[in-house]
Amino acid sequence: MNLTVNGVDHEIESGPLTTLLDVLREELGVTSPKAGCEQGGCGACTVLVDGEPRRSCLTAAASVDGAAVTTVEGLGTPEHLSPIQQAFTHHYAAQCGFCTSGMMMAAQAYVDGGGTDDREAIQEALGGHVCRCTGYVKIIDAVAAAARGDEFDLTVTAAGTAMTNLGGVA
Amino acid sequence: MTQATEVLIPSTPDEAARLFGDGAGVTVIGGGTIVLPDMTGGTLQPAKALLLSRAGLAGVSRNGGTVTIGAATPVADLVGLPAPLGPCAANIADGEIRSQATLGGNLCAGAGHDAPRGDLQGALLALDAVARSTGQDGESSQPLEEFLARHDARLLLDVSFDEPTAGAIAALDYPHTHEYTVLAVSGARGADGTVRLAATGLAGHGWRLRSAEAAAGDPEAAGAAAVADVRLGDDALASAWYREKTLPVLVRRVLTKLEEAT
Repeated sequence: MNLTVNGVDHEIESGPLTTLLDVLREELGVTSPKAGCEQGGCGACTVLVDGEPRRSCLTAAASVDGAAVTTVEGLGTPEHLSPIQQAFTHHYAAQCGFCTSGMMMAAQAYVDGGGTDDREAIQEALGGHVCRCTGYVKIIDAVAAAARGDEFDLTVTAAGTAMTNLGGVA
Repeated sequence: MTQATEVLIPSTPDEAARLFGDGAGVTVIGGGTIVLPDMTGGTLQPAKALLLSRAGLAGVSRNGGTVTIGAATPVADLVGLPAPLGPCAANIADGEIRSQATLGGNLCAGAGHDAPRGDLQGALLALDAVARSTGQDGESSQPLEEFLARHDARLLLDVSFDEPTAGAIAALDYPHTHEYTVLAVSGARGADGTVRLAATGLAGHGWRLRSAEAAAGDPEAAGAAAVADVRLGDDALASAWYREKTLPVLVRRVLTKLEEAT
């Protein structure tokens, strides 16, 4: 089996029914997709498979043989955050951060698909993602800002206070 | 995770049917939304797995007034269809799950561990759908109602139904990001004017509400009659008592919507 993960081709050695989540985390060391509930209920493991958001914990490796997978590692770098990452940073849309990877990948698919800043549409698009910190308002703020194409001064937060050091945020 | 000793990945429907054979010891994987968590949790260790993702069993087609839906069609592809099936599909889980979960899994996975599943069963029973499947005695087609009651191993190939002149669904929503259906009633009016009603969220699979159908001209009476048609259970989402109190309400709502849509 073969996968292209964040633009890099890999030959996969895991078994055909290994979850895509385990392939990414355990075989390839790509750790932004989180093993949350591992039942498809939380969205922390969502990655893009050929551009579509998929729960990697529900996806058998063999069913995505040959696909292109994008994770947070493929969005931006700590020095050059992607627009979605900038929006999440500026709007303080991450608290504990466990749901953030899945949220950002769902948000990326939403924006890539031409999603607008309509809050109801964003809620629908992110409906399968649970934030146990209950930080939904700021997450939706961030996705709406990214959908509008807002540009950000990352030295200050959306509330106007100085941004603290978030060196590892990406 | 324990791996299946044998993983079969057919590339055509015929190959899928041949590899399924009599189904003995075969675990069928459509979208994986039910099987993969069971494997991850260690409650399922298939000896032989049949992966349908490339079997050519996905797709919705129309021939005249007849709609045919392949077993591996994602639930998301059903969302645009007329009521009751379209709105029923739209009420399942979230967009990511709907894009992955398949019709076949929804119809064939059996009852859930702690909540009912098989939301599409009610809508398709109300549509008087026919299930085409294969197994020990070869390929056959039968009413979905009979297919759901079978206990032998079958590989569902597709379901088909005649488009109704009117359709409606009423469901109890559950305040969670996943809209597990606590209880739902689907209704459809056929070309001959016959009204069919069915429910999901019961103990076991979806069920036709024949007593309610017989009283369909009087929504109040039909609602009361529906309770005798079903077996209700207590589970993580609701009690049988609550379902018994709300089933007549949903039946009335569906019949009212059908009347309005006609």
